[in-house]
Amino acid sequence: MDATSPIAAAAPRPPRPLHRFAHPGRFLRASGRVLPWLAAAALAVLAVGLAWALAFSPPDWQQGETVRIMYVHVPMAWLAMGGYLALALASAAALVWRHPLADLFARELSPAGAVVTALCLATGSLWGKPMWGTWWVWDARLTSVLVLFFLWLGHAALVRAFDEPERGARAGAILALIGVVNLPIVKFSVDWWNTLHQPASVTRLGAPALHVDILYPLLVCALGFALAFAAVVLARTRAAVMERRIRALELARARREERGAAP
Amino acid sequence: MTGAPAAFRAILARELRLALRHPADTLAAVLFFVLVCALFPFGVGPAPETLARLAPGALLAAALLAALLPLDRLFGADAEDGSLDQLLLSGLPPAGIAAAKALGHWLTTGLPLLAATPAAAALLALPGAAWPAALGALALATAILSLLGTAGAALTLGARHGGVLLPLLVLPLAIPAVIFGAAAIEAAAAALSPTPFLLLLGAGLSLAAPLAPLAAGAALRAE
Repeated sequence: MDATSPIAAAAPRPPRPLHRFAHPGRFLRASGRVLPWLAAAALAVLAVGLAWALAFSPPDWQQGETVRIMYVHVPMAWLAMGGYLALALASAAALVWRHPLADLFARELSPAGAVVTALCLATGSLWGKPMWGTWWVWDARLTSVLVLFFLWLGHAALVRAFDEPERGARAGAILALIGVVNLPIVKFSVDWWNTLHQPASVTRLGAPALHVDILYPLLVCALGFALAFAAVVLARTRAAVMERRIRALELARARREERGAAP
Repeated sequence: MTGAPAAFRAILARELRLALRHPADTLAAVLFFVLVCALFPFGVGPAPETLARLAPGALLAAALLAALLPLDRLFGADAEDGSLDQLLLSGLPPAGIAAAKALGHWLTTGLPLLAATPAAAALLALPGAAWPAALGALALATAILSLLGTAGAALTLGARHGGVLLPLLVLPLAIPAVIFGAAAIEAAAAALSPTPFLLLLGAGLSLAAPLAPLAAGAALRAE
């Protein structure tokens, strides 16, 4: 850390170098209380959901046992898109209110989002081989999700590419907002183009196209994965807040020692 | 205080003057474009039918890669010698600066690539009937890339591996331009109308034209 660091510039009063982290401190206390419950709930719901989905739900009359891939694939797809929406909202909040916590949240969200998008693509590929006879087709849904994956990776790389964390956070926030144009393309690609990927079966107006024996375990799995995703992102954000706090403390100590040695 | 249109024209004129004084940069992009197109016959064999089948996508991909080349210096040189700060003080909003830079990039890279397109199309055995569509598709696609690339260059300005990061950010967003550009050329080569695909490209351009400079301007203001 050099002397031009934004933390040094933003902390003009040496006796209270942490005052700008006051709010993140409250975040740490609150999230520390929530996180164990969140993680426990995620584990419990996932245990029920995965057991129901993988062992007790009936096989599909057409697809047989391979339909069980859906119980991972569909929640990952929802998380990939919902997570990107959260990234865009956090980025907008970071740009408008300059909230350091929103920056950290976005920074820690993107690797997790890249992982769920990669899992969505991988499970889709594993499902596509027995059902479509191919690992990959260049249809609009698969291509737009691949672009979503690149956006997640690009955001994760861009945010970490600057020596000043705040410059990286701002660039990442702008990139996240640019990438929002891809979200409606992912959602509506199956309607706008004639794709091999099936159109939406659950989130459509009227009754879902899935039988309740398959729909209910899917919804439980989706809730479980969403809770697990939230727990991972929350834990990462807490770690990032603490890392930043450590860096600020180290900087303050270095400045104190410098002042002590100077005169 | 100078008016914004005058500042815009001044930045554009400066970009063009700089490009004229360093013609090697433009020539390098054009040569890269032709060379990449010339590599395909060695890769897939010189049979004209194979090449013509490949030509639309190859032209689009080669042109976009060539147009990427000068992008990482789009703001870099100005940021290093301080002229970017002067530009930001010129009274022109940052989005206007970015728009002038994007237009300048297209005039100094996109247009020369268009001039080289007939040569590249001949190398790839593209049927003559598809050449006008190829010119139209490349004109629109390079314009979209200039806009996206300006935003990408502004975002990666000052990043540690900006030169590597920039294509990673810009190319995924440019996929629609490749899809519809290649589809337009293919349609023309098959004696169909390329108009729907050119119109879709035009729609993409009219989406990028206001939004990309705004994003680039927001990124420049952080600098």
